[in-house]
Amino acid sequence: MTGSICVLAEQWRGQISEVTYETLALGREVADQTGVPLTAILLGSNSRELARSLGIADSVVYVDHALLAEVVPQTCAEALVQVLTGARPRALLVPLTNISLGIGTLVGARMGAPTINFCKDIRTAEGKLEALCVLYGGKIEATVEATGQPAILGVWPGARPADKGRMERDVPVTDAVVVLEDTQSIRLCRYIEPEAGDVDLTKEEVLVAVGRGIQDRANVSLAEDLAKALGGTVCGSRPVIDQGWLPLSRQVGKSGLTVKPKLYVALGISGAPEHIEGMKDAALIVAVNSDPRAPIFNVAHYGIVGDALETLPALTAAIEARRAAGQHA
Amino acid sequence: MHILVLMKMAPDVVEDLEIASDGKALDPDYLRMILSESDDHALEQALLLKERHGGKVTALAMDAPEVDDALFTAAAKGADRVMKIVDMDAGFTTRQAARFFSQVIADEPGLQPVDLILTGVQAIDDLDGLIAPLVADELRMPYLGIVTGVHMDASGKTAHAIKEFPAGIRGEFEIKLPAVLGIQAAEKPPRYVPVAKVRTAMKSVKIERAQTPTLADGGWPLVDVVEMRRNEPAGHAEILEGTPEAASGRLCGILAERGLF
Repeated sequence: MTGSICVLAEQWRGQISEVTYETLALGREVADQTGVPLTAILLGSNSRELARSLGIADSVVYVDHALLAEVVPQTCAEALVQVLTGARPRALLVPLTNISLGIGTLVGARMGAPTINFCKDIRTAEGKLEALCVLYGGKIEATVEATGQPAILGVWPGARPADKGRMERDVPVTDAVVVLEDTQSIRLCRYIEPEAGDVDLTKEEVLVAVGRGIQDRANVSLAEDLAKALGGTVCGSRPVIDQGWLPLSRQVGKSGLTVKPKLYVALGISGAPEHIEGMKDAALIVAVNSDPRAPIFNVAHYGIVGDALETLPALTAAIEARRAAGQHA
Repeated sequence: MHILVLMKMAPDVVEDLEIASDGKALDPDYLRMILSESDDHALEQALLLKERHGGKVTALAMDAPEVDDALFTAAAKGADRVMKIVDMDAGFTTRQAARFFSQVIADEPGLQPVDLILTGVQAIDDLDGLIAPLVADELRMPYLGIVTGVHMDASGKTAHAIKEFPAGIRGEFEIKLPAVLGIQAAEKPPRYVPVAKVRTAMKSVKIERAQTPTLADGGWPLVDVVEMRRNEPAGHAEILEGTPEAASGRLCGILAERGLF
């Protein structure tokens, strides 16, 4: 593992997550550019068979321990530190997800190693690893270098297509033994499945999404008017849900649902990476935002730079007029 | 019960962000600083717990422009004690901030014992780590992040916290106290406090000051920002120009052509 590029293979509830394959695809590129092996590190309990789907890596290190059955960041970090200490890999790539968040930070702290969050890409320049980071809600990009190794790199979902990193094969697997103390300081009691909402966003073909730019709960009705005209459903980004303007079942993004409708209309949504993660694969994305630099325009196909509250009634009226004209034709 | 809320100011991204002349950081002259959004939720969660179980809430913040307003607002909302860490070098990183927080918590009279340390799950500028797990690691406390609800158990020795996972799934964890929780969202939206109440707090509440501690190993940053630039839209979206009516008319035509309504 010395000098290699390592990727934490995120597994949760018995499955390798999609973001693992995305991160592996990025890790493969970096390993090839630097001429070193790619190692996937899989933590779990009785999960060894999952290693087969990590075939894009040159090898897999599997750590089996009863305390790794659930993803508890401090326990996972301790296991990783024991695996990495002495091995001195070049870098460890950790997916930035709700499952793994915190693990990279803890590994970096315990190893005295540099941690770089928010990576959307990693390049090599004159033998050095450079991370391209997306900061400040997606408004700023930074090129960042680590001054030591292993560099612990937190990678946003979507860095590469998952299909580029998915490969089934019998990859060499090394079993690593770790000693973990059962302090009982954190214990998962139960999973709470989402309550069935009035609609299943993942099955909707047209979604009208509202963000902070909608300004007030009362303005959600404007989005509902547009959704009705389009035959779609209203959903929202995190701030709207946190304000209680829409129920949790309508949240799109990192903690919410991942949707792939035929049409996604984003109103007053700036386009933070956490939201983009949930809607970037929509067939057609339309964004309305008053900030011409809003990151949402990076993923949208069509955009209107303007106040969502002014555009909403105009767009609803235009669609209703066109529908009416079609019915009378 | 004593709940400590760690607060950090962050740039308001609603404003235009300017890059400093060295190209490696934001230009502070053009920044409007606000309380990091998830820290605001951490404060709210602490106040909800205080209302439910009694006890006291202490808000501890890193010094920064507008931090006094944030701390007086915290006091007006119900924090019992407000304190800021002062005299740190400009441009400190998240990892340094976490170590400053940890050392002040350990050394400053009255901050311990503590039952819960709440802070935002992640700030928009947490480039080299996250405050909650770093502080937990420094203070040897259990940590849980992406928390959206907390209930103290009757024993006072444990709490139950709700953590968000993907696809709307949540997990309920039992966690031994004292513990550090990274709050994603409080159980209710952060409360509104009238300006008059904040002004009253400004007159009646004293913001205590704790000196920035000296870190034994220097605590130098381990990451180097080579270049910072605006994330300009890469020309992906075709922008529909004109008045709201004109742009909407064009968009309506495009959607109709594609058979989307």
